[in-house]
Amino acid sequence: MLKLNKRDTMLFVIVTAMVFLAPFLLNPFPQGSSMAQMFNAGYPDLMQRFVIFGILVIGFNILFGLTGYLSFGHAAFLGIGSYSAVWMFKLLSMNIIPALILSMIVAGIFSLVIGYVSLRRSGIYFSILTLAFAQMSYNLAYSVLGNPSSNYNLTNGETGLQLALNDPRVLDGAAAANGALPVTKLFGLAMRDSYNLNVGGWLFTFNVGYYVAGILMLISFYISIRIFRSPFGMMLRAVKSNQQRMNYTGLNTKPYTLAAFVISGMYAGLAGGLLSSMDPLAGAERMHWTASGEIVIMAILGGVGTLIGPIVGAGFNEYFKNILSKINDGVLHQWLSFLPDGLENFIVGILHYFVGKGWHLTLGLLFMMVIIFLPGGLVEGGQRLAKMFKRKKTDDGSDSNNTPAE
Amino acid sequence: MDQILLQILNGLDKGSAYALIALGLTLIFGTLGVVNFAHGALFMIGAFCAVTLQRILNISTVTTDPTKTDFLGNPAKIKTPVVETWFGPEMGASIIDWSVPLAILFAIPIMAAVGFIMERGLIKHFYKRPHADQILVTFGLAIVLQEVIKAFYGANPIPTPAPEAFRGSFDFGTYLGYEANAIIYPYWRMVYFAFSAVIIAAVFAFLQFTTFGMVVRAGMADRETVGLLGINIDKRFTIMFAIAACVAGLAGVMYAPINSPNYHMGMDFLVLSFVVVVVGGMGSLPGAVLAGFMLGILEAFASMNQVKAIFPGIDQIIIYLVAIIIILTRPRGLMGRRGVMEE
Repeated sequence: MLKLNKRDTMLFVIVTAMVFLAPFLLNPFPQGSSMAQMFNAGYPDLMQRFVIFGILVIGFNILFGLTGYLSFGHAAFLGIGSYSAVWMFKLLSMNIIPALILSMIVAGIFSLVIGYVSLRRSGIYFSILTLAFAQMSYNLAYSVLGNPSSNYNLTNGETGLQLALNDPRVLDGAAAANGALPVTKLFGLAMRDSYNLNVGGWLFTFNVGYYVAGILMLISFYISIRIFRSPFGMMLRAVKSNQQRMNYTGLNTKPYTLAAFVISGMYAGLAGGLLSSMDPLAGAERMHWTASGEIVIMAILGGVGTLIGPIVGAGFNEYFKNILSKINDGVLHQWLSFLPDGLENFIVGILHYFVGKGWHLTLGLLFMMVIIFLPGGLVEGGQRLAKMFKRKKTDDGSDSNNTPAE
Repeated sequence: MDQILLQILNGLDKGSAYALIALGLTLIFGTLGVVNFAHGALFMIGAFCAVTLQRILNISTVTTDPTKTDFLGNPAKIKTPVVETWFGPEMGASIIDWSVPLAILFAIPIMAAVGFIMERGLIKHFYKRPHADQILVTFGLAIVLQEVIKAFYGANPIPTPAPEAFRGSFDFGTYLGYEANAIIYPYWRMVYFAFSAVIIAAVFAFLQFTTFGMVVRAGMADRETVGLLGINIDKRFTIMFAIAACVAGLAGVMYAPINSPNYHMGMDFLVLSFVVVVVGGMGSLPGAVLAGFMLGILEAFASMNQVKAIFPGIDQIIIYLVAIIIILTRPRGLMGRRGVMEE
């Protein structure tokens, strides 16, 4: 189906099903229960982030996973995409299609230029070049290009670029009479519209923005599978395993790596555009180099160079960020109330540093653990588990085709 | 002319910080071949050593003075720092006043221990892994260290004043025949520059004139041969890592009065010091120092209003621009050895 082999088709069908059924899957607990507050993730904002960061990391994986070039500046493309989309909302129309197209084009142009220059070096130098370009974009977005009194105020600096009532919006005509800011939409469907379904105690929210982003993620995922399986993807893998040998055989690898860089830059631009489409506000902090680091973290957590890894990593990162930041001391006390008081207070006192505002610490530790013990990320962890079980069951050494999803 | 002098001076203190951090970074890269993204975190930990010592010295005993009352009518509480009761009020007050320089002594063992644990506990296992893995694991470590500091010290910058004697500024201009107030330079920044010069000189002297340093240099040139000669080079490299951590930490301690320490200062300095290392040449110590001061001064010049009028925003990107040009045209950096990291 769709020119995919059997296993990829299975994978794609599973991912598709998960994307479409996410409002059910992510809301396993009935509305109002204490578990729901903590573990339910089926609200639009978070679901949108799952799929949008999924797109971003799928794109990053095409570069880092296939070619091995570690870009530490991918957040710049995300930021550039967000800014372009907001400008499109301001100038042309609140329809997200021109905004997304522009954000992909602009991010593509930037990644073409940055990639052309950066790809002249490899290894650490490539990382530092991309880092330098990203920091340049960030600094410019914050200072000159963001100074409201200067002539080139493209980014509105610290406040962030946002919509205003007196924006031209050529295609949309006059501003809304009621003085409210217009909302982003896909033709007639507003991004923030939701349909709520009440079943028993459960509340399921079907959000337009989520499904738009989700479908775009499925398309991106499909393209990424095709790239992984194409001769082009093969060439990129060859670059990763031994670029020198490729060059010695008389092959110019630059066009291939550059193409991979531009593709992943455009993915990042699309993700940025989508972020702006869901909430038309773009700030420079999206471009800071630690944001690029977070993209790398997501990719590594999931599993670099695998198909499903980026989606797993992005989902995992966002989900745990969300849960951990919600847990506070009160919740911990509630959970551990079965313990003797002294012990309870002691454990809560320790855990205090890892949850709530300290979620960064937990994710940082987790990230280090994954790099140290599981260089293939969670996907590799899953494969190892699967292998262990299989060996126990069949007890024969042939495990050549039990590598799900790469 | 006075403008130019002023900018050179302005560049010196930032350049000193860049040079010190980059010196440690390049030392680690030259000896162990590891790209340490957690080096900025070491700088930050150093700065927080100063904060910690200041807090320790300010531990007070509270006594109530029944003769005076505060505005609520309660007996007034008088805080007496413990050091003042130990050393007498005057001596105690001056110890508190000099907490930042004293923190140097406090920071050296801490930073050496942190460096030692980091190398033995984590980085040791990454020598054989690709550079990308080293970058990532040290980046993760940097996040963890940063968050630990944030958990204990909060997210706000903590003012850490310099000793009374070094507050205020020094009017250079009058000495050189310019008008008064033409070239004003804070005392502490001069101290910082002098301090960094001493540290840099000490590191170079250590490597150049001691047997230990000689072995380390030999190990940098050819680790395998030195190992075959029966020298335990790993142990020496671990000590060098601890020294590099100390250099970064001391840079942080003395930087605390210039910029109030906050938990993300390490990340802010890290990228710049990497750029400095690359410009100077990976693994080249003199290169790191030269590039540190050069880029610091260049940045100061770029932030002059006359320059900014011609190229708006140039002060924000000049360092990165220089780095990009250097990497593209001369990948081994200004003073890098031929053949080291040229690809």
